[in-house]
Amino acid sequence: MKPFTFSKPENLGKALSIKKDTVQFIAGGTNLLDLMKKNIAGPDAVLDITTALSSKIEQQGKGVRIGAMVRNSAITTDKTILSKYPLVAKAVLAGASPQIRNMASTAGNLLQRTRCPYFYDITTPCNKRKPGSGCSAINGENRMNAIVGYNEQCVAVHPSDLCVALAALDATVATTDKNKKQLSIPFKDFHKLPGDTPQLDNNLPANAIITSVDIAENPFSKNFYYLKLRDRDSYAFALVSVAAALHLQDNHIADARLASGGVAHKPWRWYEAEQYLKGKAPSASTFSAAADIVIKDVKPLSNNGFKKSMLRGAVETALQNCLTA
Amino acid sequence: MNGKQSYSRRFFLKTSGALAVLAAIPASVKALYNEAKNFIVPPKQTFPLPVSINKKMYKVTVDTRTTLLDLLREDLHLTGTKKGCDHGQCGACTVHVDGERVLSCLTLAAMLPGKEVTTIEGLADGEKLHPMQQAFIECDGFQCGYCTPGQIMSAVACVKEGHTSSVAEIKEFMSGNLCRCGAYNGIVESIQKVAK
Ligand SMILES: Cc1cc2nc3c(=O)[nH]c(=O)nc-3n(C[C@H](O)[C@H](O)[C@H](O)COP(=O)(O)OP(=O)(O)OC[C@H]3O[C@@H](n4cnc5c(N)ncnc54)[C@H](O)[C@@H]3O)c2cc1C
Ligand code: SF4
Ligand code: FES
Ligand code: FES
Repeated sequence: MKPFTFSKPENLGKALSIKKDTVQFIAGGTNLLDLMKKNIAGPDAVLDITTALSSKIEQQGKGVRIGAMVRNSAITTDKTILSKYPLVAKAVLAGASPQIRNMASTAGNLLQRTRCPYFYDITTPCNKRKPGSGCSAINGENRMNAIVGYNEQCVAVHPSDLCVALAALDATVATTDKNKKQLSIPFKDFHKLPGDTPQLDNNLPANAIITSVDIAENPFSKNFYYLKLRDRDSYAFALVSVAAALHLQDNHIADARLASGGVAHKPWRWYEAEQYLKGKAPSASTFSAAADIVIKDVKPLSNNGFKKSMLRGAVETALQNCLTA
Repeated sequence: MNGKQSYSRRFFLKTSGALAVLAAIPASVKALYNEAKNFIVPPKQTFPLPVSINKKMYKVTVDTRTTLLDLLREDLHLTGTKKGCDHGQCGACTVHVDGERVLSCLTLAAMLPGKEVTTIEGLADGEKLHPMQQAFIECDGFQCGYCTPGQIMSAVACVKEGHTSSVAEIKEFMSGNLCRCGAYNGIVESIQKVAK
């Protein structure tokens, strides 16, 4: 690990004034420290922001505001989250381990890097780690990688579970940049596709800080499900995951949300399938048709063809479980 | 015999001559070398760290890069906490910080001031084992014992958090601790015994 200086700014203003490209914030450290040990991240200075940012879950208008420093485990036991946004708690519980959830912060979860094996192996080419060096995964070991939204520059997936639920619920990410300018970024625009800048995972302005994640009031607290399929039952990243939520009225689907993890460079929304579900009666055949819409445009890589049928089944099951679980 | 001695004498003269040349390098050149080295490899940063472990205050001077795990094992010689993977993937290094289970391999020591760390060494009450330690012995909760300190720290937290209503729940909330010997059944039994 490269040597670095360490400090703990007491407030947001102080933290932002010191921040520059060679300086990194540390929250839980569960991703940053791992990357520093592998010489993938090598900041000159590390800023402990654990007390400079909020670790409270608060009512915000008719919605909820989750402070950037709220630990993942705190989300899973909070009364407001459990009663009004239970999909979020369910997704968090599907991720990592109790120890890691106790450490991991909300903002850190959004900003965690991909788990593509070549990104972690500094002896191999990787456009995300070293722009212009090439992508080892596109013709390599890519069973964990993308099936939609990728290009020849990068086929990595975003590894978060929490983010899939936040994408489904149209959360917003509250940020403050170095000039103290605040910007609220809709969740669907927060993470990005590789495009020509595969080294960037998201649209957080340079050297800005995340202060909270906000979720507006919504009707998805009754019929929802988070399904995560992986190599072992727990403590593993998703091969595919599905967040499904239905707003049922008079035995019809008034509104639907469908998002996936493990399929793209960003948490992925299945808008066309959501549109299809609206106005239909919630039945096995409706769900099956929606699953067909989901997989119609996916294009697996050389090693992850299995994800297509796996995703189809996961969507169908998650929708079914919205009614029963 | 003679030849060998003369060879040794020549070798001695040569090497001592080389050493004299080395010693004669002016200080300014050495400084330049150090500067160049610092440019390529930045110098390590040390700082005084006050940290409370098992209710005992320690004051140590450590490198900023030090993890809680290395602080415990290398600096304080509290070797009960084990290093498995050093990357958050096995749970062998589990300790409690302010009463909550965390991974010491992914915790920066510099972030600890003001917090209370509990390790496996701090669990027993004098000679009396913690009920979870006793249960692991009675239920065969280990074989080689390498993952055990982490398992026990995690198990104590699992009971405290109240995640013991079923075998499935215990397994889910103990999934962050791997055991290569596969002592899982004994571990689950130990937890059920203490949770009762
Ligand atoms: C073995 C293992 C398994 C895991 N499994 C899962 C899983 O199944 N599902 C899942 O979702 N996650 C999983 N994770 C990832 C884990 O959830 C993330 O590492 C964690 O959420 C990161 O949060 P942190 O606070 O520790 O971030 P840090 O490591 O502290 O920070 C990560 C990055 O975010 C930046 N940052 C942090 N806070 C802010 C802020 N407020 N503003 C701006 N920048 C900020 C840091 O500078 C850094 O670049 C796993 C991790 C491990 C080690
Ligand atoms: S998929 Fe992305 S992260 Fe993986 S090797 Fe290719 S460029 Fe790197
Ligand atoms: S040594 Fe910390 S999790 Fe493996
Ligand atoms: S007892 Fe040997 S690894 Fe668990």
